[in-house]
Amino acid sequence: MNLTLRIWRQTGPEDKGRMVTYQVEDISPDMSFLEMLDVLNERLTLAGEEPVAFDHDCREGICGMCGMMINGNAHGPQRGTTACQLHMRQFADGDTIDIEPWRARAFPVVKDLVVNRNAFDQIIAGGGFVTAPTGSAPEAHAAPVAKAEADAAFESAACIGCGACVAACPNGSGMLFTAAKVTQLSLLPQGQPERYTRVIGMVDSHDDAGFGGCTNAGECTVVCPKGIPLHTIGRLNRDYLAATAKHTGRS
Amino acid sequence: MAVTGLVLVLFLVAHMLGNLKIFTGAEDFDHYAHWLRDLGTPLLPYGWYLWLQRGGLLIALAGHIWAATMLAVRARSARPVRYAHRKKVQGSYAARTMRWGGVIIALFVIYHILDLTTGHLNPIGDPSRPQANVVADFAPERWYVTLFYTLAVVALGFHLRHGAYSALRSLGQQTPQGERRARGLALVFAVALSVGYLVVPFAVLLGLVR
Repeated sequence: MNLTLRIWRQTGPEDKGRMVTYQVEDISPDMSFLEMLDVLNERLTLAGEEPVAFDHDCREGICGMCGMMINGNAHGPQRGTTACQLHMRQFADGDTIDIEPWRARAFPVVKDLVVNRNAFDQIIAGGGFVTAPTGSAPEAHAAPVAKAEADAAFESAACIGCGACVAACPNGSGMLFTAAKVTQLSLLPQGQPERYTRVIGMVDSHDDAGFGGCTNAGECTVVCPKGIPLHTIGRLNRDYLAATAKHTGRS
Repeated sequence: MAVTGLVLVLFLVAHMLGNLKIFTGAEDFDHYAHWLRDLGTPLLPYGWYLWLQRGGLLIALAGHIWAATMLAVRARSARPVRYAHRKKVQGSYAARTMRWGGVIIALFVIYHILDLTTGHLNPIGDPSRPQANVVADFAPERWYVTLFYTLAVVALGFHLRHGAYSALRSLGQQTPQGERRARGLALVFAVALSVGYLVVPFAVLLGLVR
């Protein structure tokens, strides 16, 4: 496959950045998207040019490091897939592919396609944990959990924090991530003691980090590689309403 | 957003039901319009109820617009650098047109008040004969009025489709079955309300109401 790539190049946080066009030849349709970028980078390195910086780690779709806008689609055209698990057979020979970093004030560009997602850590620090001492794994039957609750909590816990929801959101909101991280705990007995201070703390941290507000537009859930459903945000809203009715103070 | 929206929706339902009185005759329609001013008497002086309702609606509307503006401002500042290549709608078209739809509806409401409440932009503009005002408004030669009205009502339909669904979500709708129900409910509600509003001008246009 021969492809034309238009890639966002930005030397550092202060640089203005621009789209640069590259040609790549003889790409195998069985390569992953990141392998295709590796091929480009090898060529750039041999030519003495700066390779394209992009985040990646496990390359098996579970770490949440990779992530880029591919033709305006977070993680590319295939649903339920991270960029590393996207294969070049999803594209046709001769295609032009636009590659951009996640765009959000809360995710400043570090270099090229690499963004700083510390804002997500800030949200977690706002309450996305349990303070009970955990120690080693408890005996499974010690705290009974209904199957439906366990399934819903697991659905939320599948979030890998890649940031695609923010990237796709027309409001630049991180509410799907926040909702997943709130509900994976609020649905389980271990999460109950801090349930209501948690939701307020995390939503406050979300807003302070510079994310936009959720308008239930639904773009996030479409691109989420882990398929976190939109109604997770409803669970967060329910907890938030209960929390503001119960507690007047902040966490 | 959700709470102020629901207040406005209650008004929209009442207003639509009132409009449909036009099908039971000019006398009924005019009587209904006068009754609105008479409502609450003798507890309230004549016309006070209507002003109280207008005040309440204005507060809800101001809150609604304020919340929407805040969301729009936050959305703008949350993405200072735009995408060079942006995929079109993947979620819902209605959700993406909330802001401009809202502006169209707001402009229409201003026109609508000048037309059928104060009578300034109405060919008859006689407050004692509301039915005649409506019929004169949607006469075939004033097709552009009907066109604007239709446009605004369709915009309202889209606004309600996402608005009703989103309001339920904001107020804590949280299960997959509930989401399907909420989507269905919002769609049926939006279509029913739009049709309820549109039958009046088209009935006048086709000469069914004179």
